[in-house]
Amino acid sequence: MSGGDADWPLWEVFVRPRRGLAHTHAGSLHAPDAELALRNARDLFTRRGEGVSLWVVPAAAVTASSPDERDPFFRPAADKPYRHPTFYEVPEGVRHL
Amino acid sequence: MGTAVSAEPERARAEDFERTIAADERIEPRDWMPDAYRATLIRQIAQHAHSEIIGMQPEANWITRAPSLRRKAILIAKVQDEAGHGLYLYGAAETLGASRAELLGKLHTGRHKYSSIFNYPTLTWADVGAIGWLVDGAAITNQVPLCRCSYGPYARAMVRICKEESFHQRQGYELLHALARGTGAQRAMAQDAVDRWWWPSLMMFGPPDDASPRTAQSMAWKIKRHTNDELRQRFVDICVPQAEALGLTLPDRDLRWNEERGHWDFGAVDWDEFRAVLAGEGPCNEQRLDQRRRAHEEGAWVREAAAAYAAKHPAGAAR
Ligand SMILES: [Fe+2]
Ligand SMILES: [Fe+2]
Repeated sequence: MSGGDADWPLWEVFVRPRRGLAHTHAGSLHAPDAELALRNARDLFTRRGEGVSLWVVPAAAVTASSPDERDPFFRPAADKPYRHPTFYEVPEGVRHL
Repeated sequence: MGTAVSAEPERARAEDFERTIAADERIEPRDWMPDAYRATLIRQIAQHAHSEIIGMQPEANWITRAPSLRRKAILIAKVQDEAGHGLYLYGAAETLGASRAELLGKLHTGRHKYSSIFNYPTLTWADVGAIGWLVDGAAITNQVPLCRCSYGPYARAMVRICKEESFHQRQGYELLHALARGTGAQRAMAQDAVDRWWWPSLMMFGPPDDASPRTAQSMAWKIKRHTNDELRQRFVDICVPQAEALGLTLPDRDLRWNEERGHWDFGAVDWDEFRAVLAGEGPCNEQRLDQRRRAHEEGAWVREAAAAYAAKHPAGAAR
């Protein structure tokens, strides 16, 4: 096969579903440059009005936290329940707190 | 922090994997996973992706001859959706370390299979209706449980796909319904299409459970949630009343309600035909693969031009 697309970089696509919401990751696609990545993203992820704004980011530019989604990196947060409002006891009948 | 993980012994990671599966949580791309789990997923997702893009051909055959502008616009949108499904799925396979170019290469050289259903010809306009109702219908029955597949990217792709498939099925059903209420010739055309597509649609669920050696492992890994025969039965139960509402019959003399089982009994699927079509002896195998290779080769200049443009304008290119 000639002209394989093996060399086209991978892009991560983020879609803002509507005004007031943040962009969320929708998936990835291959494209030779940013402009075509945007056009491909429109055709691939917003064929039914699923978005009002798109971001495309070279997948190679993403720095990720760690190779394991359950890494000790996040463990320090697990033993700090006092960071949550439910940790605290409040006298009966006190309101707006 | 990564060093702590790479030092973690293999067995602990395997236990972690098993725990995640048991807790019905999702495995994500960078999690440790057994090699066989990865290989099974790549094979299944790739075959699924290939089926989506090969599946564009039998229907695209009718785009230029659609009987109205409305039907033409619908058919174009459907075929375009199938291309999108292929891309979602190749994307999911790539998160497992496969490359799309390599997977396409395997399709083009016949080392990878696609669903046997697409090796049947679309002889009349009614076939577009029968495909939407039965083929997309069978695909939906297969795919809805895959939305809960243990591999995150595959499950997420299936959620998108299932949302889009329901329009595919309904437009096909509506098309057949219109023909079934039409002239005698239109009605006969609709019945003929259902007669030809019914059995190949039942084959889409794969071989019977006792001849499907991989099912047990796939179910243990929660890639699959139901066996082939369970899904086939579910599909038959759904279709019988739908066929009645169309005023069309399903080509099976053994079809009858089984009070005891609470299901429709149905006749024996011709598994010899299934195996023959998979082995390349279906009516359109050669034509489908030739067309796919030609489309890829004829698109080469577009890919090359786009790559050359990107090289000249590095500001817009990925770094
Ligand atoms: Fe599809
Ligand atoms: Fe479809």
